[in-house]
Amino acid sequence: MRFSDQFEQRFSEMLTHYPTKRSVLVPTLLYAQDEIGYLTGEAITEFARRLDLTELEVRNVISYYSMLTTKSRGKYNVQICTNISCMLRGGEDIFQHCKKKLGIGHKGTTADGLFSLEEVECIGACSWAPAAQVNYDFHENLTPEKIDKTLDEYKKKGTQ
Amino acid sequence: MADAPKEISLTVDGKKVTSPPGTLLIEACKTVGIEVPSFCYYPNFSLQGACRMCLVKIEKMPKLQTACTTVISEAMTVTTNNEEVRQARKAMLEMLLGNHPLDCPVCDAGGECELQDMTFSYGAAESKFMEAKNHKDEQQWSPVVYFDRPRCILCYRCVRVCGEGMDVWALGVQNRGVVSVIAPNKEDHLECEECGMCIDICPVGALTSGAYRYKTRPWEMKHVGTICTHCGDGCKTTLGVRRAESGLQIVRGDNRDKSGINGDFLCIKGRYAFDFADNPERLKQPLVRKDGRLLPATWEEAFELIGKRFSEIRDKDGQSIGVVGSTRTTNEENYLLSKFARLVLKTNNIDHHRTADFPAFAAALAGKTDRTASMRDVFNAPAILLIGNNPTDQHPLLAWQIRNNVRLHRARLYAINCQPIKLRRQATNFMEIPSGAEGKVAAFLAGDDTAADALTSATASRDGWRQLREKLRTEQNLVIIFGSEIRGNDLPTLVKFGLAIPGAKFVCLGDYANSRGAADMGLYPDLLPGYHRVADAGKFHEEWGKIPSAPGIALPAMADAAKTGKLKGLYVVGANPVARLGFDPFAFSKSFVVVQDMFLTETASIADVVLPVANAYEKSGTFTNTCGDLQLLKKAGEVSDTKPDFEIIVRIADAMGFDVRKLVPFGTGTRADMGQSRGAQSGEADRHAVWLEAHGLEPKMSPFDPMAILDEIQRLVPGYDVSQINLLSGNDQHTNLMSQSAGSAAHDGSLIAPANDDLFTSGTLGRYSRALNSVIENRHLQPAETEVAAD
Repeated sequence: MRFSDQFEQRFSEMLTHYPTKRSVLVPTLLYAQDEIGYLTGEAITEFARRLDLTELEVRNVISYYSMLTTKSRGKYNVQICTNISCMLRGGEDIFQHCKKKLGIGHKGTTADGLFSLEEVECIGACSWAPAAQVNYDFHENLTPEKIDKTLDEYKKKGTQ
Repeated sequence: MADAPKEISLTVDGKKVTSPPGTLLIEACKTVGIEVPSFCYYPNFSLQGACRMCLVKIEKMPKLQTACTTVISEAMTVTTNNEEVRQARKAMLEMLLGNHPLDCPVCDAGGECELQDMTFSYGAAESKFMEAKNHKDEQQWSPVVYFDRPRCILCYRCVRVCGEGMDVWALGVQNRGVVSVIAPNKEDHLECEECGMCIDICPVGALTSGAYRYKTRPWEMKHVGTICTHCGDGCKTTLGVRRAESGLQIVRGDNRDKSGINGDFLCIKGRYAFDFADNPERLKQPLVRKDGRLLPATWEEAFELIGKRFSEIRDKDGQSIGVVGSTRTTNEENYLLSKFARLVLKTNNIDHHRTADFPAFAAALAGKTDRTASMRDVFNAPAILLIGNNPTDQHPLLAWQIRNNVRLHRARLYAINCQPIKLRRQATNFMEIPSGAEGKVAAFLAGDDTAADALTSATASRDGWRQLREKLRTEQNLVIIFGSEIRGNDLPTLVKFGLAIPGAKFVCLGDYANSRGAADMGLYPDLLPGYHRVADAGKFHEEWGKIPSAPGIALPAMADAAKTGKLKGLYVVGANPVARLGFDPFAFSKSFVVVQDMFLTETASIADVVLPVANAYEKSGTFTNTCGDLQLLKKAGEVSDTKPDFEIIVRIADAMGFDVRKLVPFGTGTRADMGQSRGAQSGEADRHAVWLEAHGLEPKMSPFDPMAILDEIQRLVPGYDVSQINLLSGNDQHTNLMSQSAGSAAHDGSLIAPANDDLFTSGTLGRYSRALNSVIENRHLQPAETEVAAD
C-alpha cells in the first residue's frame, strides 16, 4: 500500500523514537487516517505487516481509541463535547441542535458526505465551554447561532 | 541452594506466612490455605488486575489492594476477610452481574462456573441495577468454539492463554470500557489451532465447546482421568462419561484433572477427538468371510475359526504366520501380543508401524542411566536442542512445554529444521537446513567439520554452525529432542555428542500414543520386550518357555512372503498397514487374515475375520509416551459387544488350546489373595469385584486382567521397575530406557514411516472423528465463506 512521501518519511523517523516497533502504531494510524480518511482493511494489513503485529492487534488498538475509525466519515467531522463543563454550559443543547440541523445522529454522516457528527468526551477546552472540534479546529463559547454559522461556513468551503 | 534468597515473612489473617521474594500475595495466601477469590488471575500468565475480586486490606495502605498484583514484602499485615473486603467483593460481583444474563439453568458452565461459585460465596441476592441488560446473540467462531458475549466477564484469561500460552494470538479485546468485547482474529470467526484452551480456562460460560454444549450437566457425568490416544505426548485428558444405550458414552474431554504431565494443556485431539468412539461406522459384531463376503458372526464362531486355522498354519510351518501390532494398544496388550506370537504362534514374525528408531536409541544409550528426559524435564531444562520434527503440529504438548519453558524460565532453545517451524519464534538460535540434512547435523555436532558443507546457507554460515556447536558444548543439562529424521547410524552419532555434555538428556520422538510402548514391548522381529535380541533371549526362556531364536521378518517382507504364498496367516492387531504403509491389499488374498479394529479399515476389509475392539478410552492398562513416561489408562467409555484386544488375544490362545495361565500369570502372587481365605473376611474378593464393576474397573482376578501382566513387564523389561503404587494412583512414572545388548543389530532405517500428522489428523483414527473432520472441512470452506456476510 502506498502513502505519501511525507507520511513515509515521518513513519521511518518515528521508528527510531521508541524502544519497540509496536509503539509507533498509534501515531502511524492517526497520520494514515488523516491521509486516507479512514482505516481500511488494506491499511490494517499493511501496518500489521510493517510492525510485526497481528491484524487483530491493530484492530484492537483502533477500536480502543474513539479518534480512530474503520468506517468512512464526512469531510468535516463535527465533534461536540458534552462532558461536564460543556454540559453545564449547554453542550447537550448544541449537540441536539446539530443533530437536527444536519439530520443525522451520533456517528452519522450526511448523505452528501460533507459532515459527520459525534458526541465526544472532554476535548480540553473547558475554559471556553461549550466547545466543539471540527477535524482539528476548535470552535468555542458556542451558541446554537454560532454553530449554525460555523457549519454554514464549512458547507460553503466544502461545496466550492 | 547456598545462595537462595532470604524468605519473606508476612502475616495474613493472623497467620504467619513465609514465601520467597517476588511471590505474589495471592500465591502466598494459597500456601497457608487462604483462598483469595479472583477471576482474571491465572498462574503463569501475565497479570491483569482487571476483575478486582482479589481486593484485600493491607495495613498502612490507604485503599484495598489487588492481591494478584501485589508482591509480598517483609512484615506486611494482610486481612483477606473483614467487613470492608467482603463489601468490596459483593460490590464487584454486583457489577459483574450487572449485564450477566443469569441464564445458569441453560448455561453449560452451570455447576462448574466460577462466577456462580463466587456469587454463592460472596455475592448478594439483590442488585441495585435497573438498566435493561444488553443482549447479543451467541456466535459460532469455529466448529468447536462458541462465544456468548453477555456471559463474558472480561477477565482476559482466554486472550492470554491463546497468546502467551499457545503463541497463537487469535483472541483480542476490542473497544473499551463497558463496551469492551473479546474478539476473534478473523472478525467473525477464529483461525487458530483450535486447541480449546480458551474454553477450559473461561471462568464462566462465555466460551463453550461445540462438542459438548447443551448436552449434559457436569454433575450427571462421571469424570475419568485417562491418557489421550492420539499423539505420542501422553496428555492426561478428563473424559466426562454418561450412560447411553450402547454402554457408556464419552460426552466431553477436558483437563479438569490437572495432575497430568500436561498441566493446563490439551490440544484439539485430546479435547474433542474422542468422538470416533461413537462413530456410526463402529464395528459391533465380529465379521467372518463366507463366500467372499464379510458377514456378522458370533464371537465363539470367530474364535473357533481363528483357533483352528492358526493352529493348522502354525503346525505346518511356524514361520508362515505374521503378526502386526499396534501403536495405540496398551503396553500390556503389546507385551501380551509379543509373547503370544513367540510362545503360541511360535514365530518371531512380528512388527508394527515404526515411527522412530527406538532400538537404535536404546542401543546408543546402553549402559547409561538417567539419560532420557521426561516430559516434565522439557519444561524445566535450562536449554533445549531440537533437531527435526515440527512439534507444534506433531507433538503439541512438547511444543507447549518448550514454549512455556522459554517464556517462564528463559530457557535457551536451539532449533534446527528444514522448515521454518513455528517454534523458531521461541528459539535463541534457529538454523534452517536443506531437507534431509539432519544426519549431517548429527555428524557436524559430533565433530565432523566436513559435514558443515551440506549445512551452510544464506542464514547459516560455517562460522555460525561452529559457534552453535561451541555454545551447545558449554551447556549443562541440555535436553536434546530429535525427530525420526535422525535414525540408523546418525542416531548414535548424535547421542555420542550429547553424552559429552554434562547432564544432557534425550527425547526421541515417535508419533502415536503408544509408539514407544510398542517398541519397548518388543513388537519387532528381532527384539523381545526391553530390546533383548531374540538370539540371546536369556531370562525370557526361563520365564516364557521355549521361543524361536532366529529373527523373524519385518513388515514389508511379510507382504512379499504373502505374495509368493509363503505367508499363510496374518494377524493384525489395531493397525492399518494397507492404508498407512502402502501394503498391496491383493498380496494377502491367499493368506488367512485376522484383523482386530474398531472400523472396517482398508486392512480390515481384506480380512477373513474382523474382530471389533474396545479403544484405549474403553479399557485400562498403561501407555508409555515418547519421552518414556509410563502412565495409567482408566476405562471411561464402553461400547457393548466390543472387547479389549487383551481379552481377544487371550481368547485366541485359548481357542488354539494353549494354557492361558502360561500367557497371563493371573491369580498368582500378591494379587491372588484378596482376603477370601481369611476367615471372617471371606467373601471379600467378591465384594471387591462388585465394587470394581460398579466403578467401571475390571476384576483383577481373571486372565483378562491387564494388570496381571504388569508385574511381569515390570520384572522383565529393564527400566520399567517404577513405583506401581504411584503409577496406579495416576501419576506419571519415568521409565529408564535400557538395552542389555549394546551391539543390537542396526535396523533398516527405511522401515520407519513417520505419521506426518498435523494438528487435525491422527492416522486412521482421525478419519473417524467428527470434530477433527469438521475443522478440516471448515478450513476448506473458509475462502468461499468470507464472501458471505455473517450476521
